[in-house]
Amino acid sequence: MPRLIKHGAIVEDDWLPAQEDGAGDAHILTLEQWTQRADKQGLAVQLEPGQAPSPLFDVLQEIPLVAINFPVFTDGRGFSYGRELRERGFAGELRACGHILPDQMTYLRRCGFDAFQLADESRLEEALAGLADFDEYYQASIDQPLPLFRRRG
Amino acid sequence: MYVYDEYDQRIVDQRVTQFRGQTERFLAGKLTEAEFLPLRLQNGLYIQRLAPMLRIAVPYGLLSSNKLRKLAHITRVYDKGYAHVSTRQNIQLNWPRLEEVPDILADLASVQMHAIQTSGNCIRNTTTDQYAGVATDELEDPRPYCEIIRQWSTLHPEFAFLPRKFKIAVCGTTEDRAAIYAHDIGVELVANASGEIGCKILAGGGLGRTPVIGAVICEWLDKKHLLTYLEAILRVYNQNGRRDNKFKARIKILVKAMGVDAFREAVEQEWAALKDGPSTLTEQEIERAKSFFTDPPYVALDGDAAGESLRLQGEQDPIFGNWVRRNTLEHRVPGYRIVNVSLKATGFAPGDITDSQLDLVAELADLYSFGEVRTTHQQNLVLADVQADQLYALWQRLQAAGLATPNHGYLTDIICCPGGDYCSLANAKSIPVAEAIQARFDDLDYLYDLGPIELNISGCMNACGHHHIGHIGILGVDKKGQEFYQVCLGGSQAKDASIGKILGPSFSQEDMPGIIERILQTYLDLRDEEETFLDTYRRVGIEPFKERVYAKAD
Repeated sequence: MPRLIKHGAIVEDDWLPAQEDGAGDAHILTLEQWTQRADKQGLAVQLEPGQAPSPLFDVLQEIPLVAINFPVFTDGRGFSYGRELRERGFAGELRACGHILPDQMTYLRRCGFDAFQLADESRLEEALAGLADFDEYYQASIDQPLPLFRRRG
Repeated sequence: MYVYDEYDQRIVDQRVTQFRGQTERFLAGKLTEAEFLPLRLQNGLYIQRLAPMLRIAVPYGLLSSNKLRKLAHITRVYDKGYAHVSTRQNIQLNWPRLEEVPDILADLASVQMHAIQTSGNCIRNTTTDQYAGVATDELEDPRPYCEIIRQWSTLHPEFAFLPRKFKIAVCGTTEDRAAIYAHDIGVELVANASGEIGCKILAGGGLGRTPVIGAVICEWLDKKHLLTYLEAILRVYNQNGRRDNKFKARIKILVKAMGVDAFREAVEQEWAALKDGPSTLTEQEIERAKSFFTDPPYVALDGDAAGESLRLQGEQDPIFGNWVRRNTLEHRVPGYRIVNVSLKATGFAPGDITDSQLDLVAELADLYSFGEVRTTHQQNLVLADVQADQLYALWQRLQAAGLATPNHGYLTDIICCPGGDYCSLANAKSIPVAEAIQARFDDLDYLYDLGPIELNISGCMNACGHHHIGHIGILGVDKKGQEFYQVCLGGSQAKDASIGKILGPSFSQEDMPGIIERILQTYLDLRDEEETFLDTYRRVGIEPFKERVYAKAD
């Protein structure tokens, strides 16, 4: 079973990964597959770079998991996608998957991601440690809605 | 000057620790070259032609004497005893060792400095007017807003992996000394009809391969909305900027492709969701930022008397008098002058400064200018608050150290990138061209007769030397492995900003001083009495210059 970081621990994945053909309800669906399903209740969906999350906005309460793929770690569109989903009230699992570096973990967490599926599983321990790289920030973010200037003594 | 509290210090310290880990993992083979690259760039570390290059952030160009002394120490211990002032007001080291960079960063952190986001596809150091707070034409001091933007942009979680680098400049004066029209975002402090000062927002300016003058996105924005508005612009850019071609990835290309109106609409739409949210600036936060940029304890002086005695001193010692005239400027406080410390002595790379010069400037700042120093995007230093009656003593020290070349704003005050001598991106060397031009035109009377001329040199089309906005711009190009130089004329970085026009086919390095001489002679022949080079160019156009430069020798 593939493993990932969830709620600050390394766990086994409950979902089957996205695939082009023959995806069932246990799979994370591609945006195209998800769009074609009439009943979306309980279905998970994965966004790729270039697939803005706006089509999901109206049904956020029905979605248990949104995965956002990072085919290359330098493509930062997913950071905005994650944050926009959370800002619009998405409360399910927000998963970053693909080529993620341990060094990006704090940024991802701050943009609202709570699950991290690294393509290279041998880096999971390092990534877990990366979550603690920073514990103070200037900006407002999903995990700290008040910017530092509103919290300074 | 802004002073860190425990929060700022903690963020910078944690960054040092993180980078130490990244360097160790890279050296241990746990991070690939391709992965380490963007990470080290975001800490200012390039791997250059001969050695790594470390770019140290100087937020909006402001330094204190203790920071300068630490920089001098760092250049001695970790480098070859000199540093370089960049066109983004930052300081660069050309010879650090990769393994020692974490130690350098730790040393910097001990004096509230860092190298965060001085490179890479993220929000870079915010720049401003080098005369902020002391300029006579200032509506409001831009530095508090620069500091607010610095904090907001530092390790911003959403914008660390943008399509391309992103540069913001702020100005609050009639004359634009921050080149805000040549930035991804330009912020100008302006008054609205009822006299309230707010922010005019420009976007989509930039140099590089496709130079563009920024477009006005918002005519007047209440200051409290500054961060949410910037955030909206960045969000539109992060999601929609091109990522398939690095030469088309800057925001200027996006603004052009969408059209200014559509871009503005997209920003306004994003902004609607962010406006009045928690990132809206509070009155207290603006006041807190302002509290770091209050007046130093100026002495009440008689400005007229000070001016008169300075004039007399100048008569007695004409060399001093000339330096005062060329390198110092009027200060908004009577009896004080702004001093430009020239890093453009003939025979030295423009913007370079040695460890002992750094120490000296620190000492002089303590003695004569409240312990503060500024870096400029023209690659000089500024002592902003010097009493007129202390200028002579200051000048003697600067003169003895080679820091008083009286060429500020003249032809030999050249802006020049490190070029092919150091930079692995460069197509051609730029420093030797600058040095050859400085050597050819070292007659000061000739320079003064030419009047103000900005000559900018870039070693490649990334345009770090801002060649497009020099009155005379020189661009190094590569033709079949040979270095050539293209000349453009008529650029300007002022509020009437313009992009220079290419003169014609490029020239060899040896020809460059002679070509510049022909251009200058054309100007001297054509100018009306008080016309500057730029005035004349704008009146007569490029043709007369072209004819003279490319005329066959008889």
